[in-house]
Amino acid sequence: MATWTWFHKLSSPPHFYRIAGKMIPWYAIPAALLIVAGIYGGLVAAPADYQQGEAFRIIYVHAPSAWLSLMCYTTMAVAAAVGLIWRIKLAHALAAATAPIGASFALLCLVTGSLWGRPMWGTWWVWDGRLTSQLILFFLYLGYMALRSAYDDLQRADRASAVLALVGVVNVPIIHFSVYWWNSLHQGSTVIRKDGPAMPPSMLVPLLMCFAGFTLLYAALACVRVRAEVLNRERNATWLKELSPS
Amino acid sequence: MHDFLDMGGYGLYVWPSYGLAAAVLAWNIWSALRLQRIALEHARRRVAIAKSDAERAAH
Repeated sequence: MATWTWFHKLSSPPHFYRIAGKMIPWYAIPAALLIVAGIYGGLVAAPADYQQGEAFRIIYVHAPSAWLSLMCYTTMAVAAAVGLIWRIKLAHALAAATAPIGASFALLCLVTGSLWGRPMWGTWWVWDGRLTSQLILFFLYLGYMALRSAYDDLQRADRASAVLALVGVVNVPIIHFSVYWWNSLHQGSTVIRKDGPAMPPSMLVPLLMCFAGFTLLYAALACVRVRAEVLNRERNATWLKELSPS
Repeated sequence: MHDFLDMGGYGLYVWPSYGLAAAVLAWNIWSALRLQRIALEHARRRVAIAKSDAERAAH
């Protein structure tokens, strides 16, 4: 019972607006510290890889952006489902706010992957399972945003784009398992493996810092973006008056 | 320093990757803050209009 009152309180726009506003520095500051420390560790402190030499350092931006592009899509799909089922506008706002963040990291993942593939595989691109499904993920984000902007009516945009987000979520496990299901130039997982991470701590710790930093950065960005969405959606609420001193 | 920039011959691939990552992070921060600023401006304008409408109705 208590958990539900908490949930309803948070899903009310003014409460969310206030709480999210307070949370932003708690996400943003650790995110900045972790990303700076992780990048320093990855670029400077970690030793070169015995097979890939210095080129492996691309992993510190490539893998966290891949993770974030998948996590964002999953968040978007779950939020869209919550919005559709329980008709919570805040959930739709979260899905809408997440899309451009996820799209930008999907693109970063594709381009850094290409820059890594060229010296390691001898090619910028191959149409294999991993690369193709990640490209589809990027297009799903673009499609989601295009579909939203095609509607003038917010409620219709919410519902139509939520259906697209839900249909597209089938692509998320395909991306993850693609390197095991099909032959691929892409290497398997480095961190999440049955026999533990295939990296010494000097390489692994900066990578985990980048993962955590990117994830916290998403949380901070989502707070800012959802607050903006909430403001745009509130047409004549009295609580808006508290925002302006005049 | 030269060795660091050279990245064992892979500098041409490593540095653009990090440059693009910096650009994506910067874009995300910039665009989120811009969205917030515009949303606040519009909300304040709506509140001001509602206020002046109410005052006019009272007269």
